[in-house]
Amino acid sequence: MLAYIVRRILYAIPILIGVNLLTFALFFVVNTPDDMARIHLGAKHVTPEAIERWKTEHGYDKPLFFNQVEQGVGKVSDTLFVDKSLKLFAFSFGQADDGRDIAREIGVRMWPSLAIALPTFLVGLMAYISFALVMVFFRATYLDFAGVVVCVVLMSISGLFYIIGGQYLLGKLWHWVPVSGYEPGWVGIKFLLLPILVGVVSGLGDSSRFYRTLFLEEIHKDYVRTARAKGLSERAVLFRHVLGNAMIPILTGAVVVIPRLFLGSLILESFFGIPGLGSYTIDAIQAQDFAIVRAMVFLGSVLYILGLLLTDLSYTAVDPRVRLE
Amino acid sequence: MSFRPEILWSDALLFLLLAAVLAFVLHVRRHEHLRAPWLRVAQSRMGVVTAVILAGYAAIGVLDSLHFRPALPVAAREPVQYGNEVLSVLDVLAEPLRLRVETTYSEPFALHLYAKENLSLPDGGQMRDYPRLKYGGAHLADTAGRAGDIAWRAAVGVLWGAGLAFGFWLLAALSQAWRARGFVPAITQLLRAPEAAAWRTALVTLSLLLVLGSVLGRLSLDYHILGTDKVGQDVFYLSLKSIRTGLLIGTLTTLIMLPFALFLGVAAGYYGGRVDDVIQYVYTTLNSIPGVLLIAAAVLVAQVYVETHPELFDTAAARSDLRLVFLCGILGVTSWTGLARLLRGETLKLRELEYIQAARAFGVANLRILSRHILPNVSHLVLITVVIDFSGLVLAEAVLSYVGVGVDPTMASWGNMINGARLELAREPMVWWQLAAAFLFMFVLVLSANLFADSVRDAFDPRAGGRA
Repeated sequence: MLAYIVRRILYAIPILIGVNLLTFALFFVVNTPDDMARIHLGAKHVTPEAIERWKTEHGYDKPLFFNQVEQGVGKVSDTLFVDKSLKLFAFSFGQADDGRDIAREIGVRMWPSLAIALPTFLVGLMAYISFALVMVFFRATYLDFAGVVVCVVLMSISGLFYIIGGQYLLGKLWHWVPVSGYEPGWVGIKFLLLPILVGVVSGLGDSSRFYRTLFLEEIHKDYVRTARAKGLSERAVLFRHVLGNAMIPILTGAVVVIPRLFLGSLILESFFGIPGLGSYTIDAIQAQDFAIVRAMVFLGSVLYILGLLLTDLSYTAVDPRVRLE
Repeated sequence: MSFRPEILWSDALLFLLLAAVLAFVLHVRRHEHLRAPWLRVAQSRMGVVTAVILAGYAAIGVLDSLHFRPALPVAAREPVQYGNEVLSVLDVLAEPLRLRVETTYSEPFALHLYAKENLSLPDGGQMRDYPRLKYGGAHLADTAGRAGDIAWRAAVGVLWGAGLAFGFWLLAALSQAWRARGFVPAITQLLRAPEAAAWRTALVTLSLLLVLGSVLGRLSLDYHILGTDKVGQDVFYLSLKSIRTGLLIGTLTTLIMLPFALFLGVAAGYYGGRVDDVIQYVYTTLNSIPGVLLIAAAVLVAQVYVETHPELFDTAAARSDLRLVFLCGILGVTSWTGLARLLRGETLKLRELEYIQAARAFGVANLRILSRHILPNVSHLVLITVVIDFSGLVLAEAVLSYVGVGVDPTMASWGNMINGARLELAREPMVWWQLAAAFLFMFVLVLSANLFADSVRDAFDPRAGGRA
């Protein structure tokens, strides 16, 4: 087991290097620091000196891969590639354009993100499974058909509609919850209810329909027929046998997203004014702050690979037939 | 009026796509075994209805892709000059909608502007009131007669639509007249025969669409049926223009992604070993980058490129068009991984089957095995994925435009419409029509695409059929 984990972590290294090279190519080779400086300075203030000054201030005044001026190891190490890209591996993200430390910001902002993403994930999973089970319980009846129709309709509505509609209906018209905002601690819970609800509803159609298919696949298997033939009630069959076995693909499919919950949801956070990592990223994209975008890309990949590892481990946890060698 | 045709990059790609679809249809028509699943699609009523609706959207999108530049008015005997404005056939057809621009917001079917303005009275004084619209309902002398006027014009629209629909029914009967030996038998066959059920469904749907279209068309000549936006443009016109953007995002992305997914997925599964390792490495790496961030990063880079090279684009339309094509490319690069993984798995399975083993034993070349035995047997997966992905891409456009990394802000798109209307929600009374229009147009398209995808999947994937 331990050997397997170590090997998987070693496999992750080339992937992270690939991500690193790709982002470096995008942000430094295709789009040189000179271009960045020009964008940030605005058309009026572009002079060669101003560009040089901007680059020095933000630490972009080095060659890409090879520094001719330096001596010895410095020829390779004192370059943009090492400085801006390789240092990400040590989780040293450097500074944003406004001078703040990115790593510290991430540490502060990941909690609001989690406060939304974790409940959304858990409540969502339960809601989707319950809805799917109800549909399967009433399978081949009009209730089941109506459920599928509801799912397809929900799937076809833009996620933005749920947000805007929810804010208008629950926030503005009925005054149940504040339209947007955030406060840490238990007092802030009223701000979280609506985003969580919207997050759950916007995934309802897609996931419930998918889970329903998984359940139906399971329900046609021989062991279920045997269970029924032994005289088990439909409820016992559904909950003990079908649910238990269908949970394997559901759980392993869900595990991969758990680490990424830290990154939060871009759209939800920016609409509801939650100071999490999602809105941080959106702000960075809109302000063209490449340092933050780069850091988030790297972090996202690390968390994804972690998710893949967790998925494999969760197979052994829920399915005793699977052994990791 | 003289004009010069203008083929934008996205137009060229769209025509390429249409040609590919046409070639595919002709190919399918010639082969009995390929035709069978499509006949199954035609048997499902849902499949036919949604196909007609999608075709309606596609027709508008294609009309909006025939671009040209009109000539500028110049004195006689001078060389003809062409303006920088790029128009499409749809713009010409909807010219009344395009040119009737009010000053700012107005509600659907409104006669007055949304905001009060200073009006000068005939006696020289001034008062603050809602001014009458310049175009919306301008023919009405008496504002009280609006409801009756709308009903009357709608009725005229229904008649137009019914006439058009009747024409289509006649046309359908005429096309069968030769085979049915006579016009009357052709009509009875069209109305009664069980084999013609699919055609009946299609014609009924088409008739309803035509009636709806002509009612809307008739009304939109005299009213802003979906209101006007901040700068007074007709929202109905903007929604129609957005269709092309949504369709292009959904289809061009597929066109760009398919070669990657097909080639790499099948190669990884068939050759295995080193090839498989490298391809798996590439798609795991791409997959591990959060999709939105990769798109954002690439679009930011493209934006910087466009800003630093203004000399490459002679019209604003060309600039925003290139951004659209680029966005499709990026979406394609990030979305080929799913299909590639699916194809790899299927090819791994197929590779071990007896007929492939036999082909190999006979010494058939690898490329020939791939093209003759593997590709046809994974094509249903490709088709199903393409149809299912379409609706997701249309929805993604709205989200990306909101984040600021979608299509060009000057381009008509549902995402831009939502983004523009979002800030006005706080106003009292609420400006809801722009949002409603964008969501409605998007919803109908995506719902039809989803339902169509379901019937395609049921018809092509026998294992999923009946259960999902």
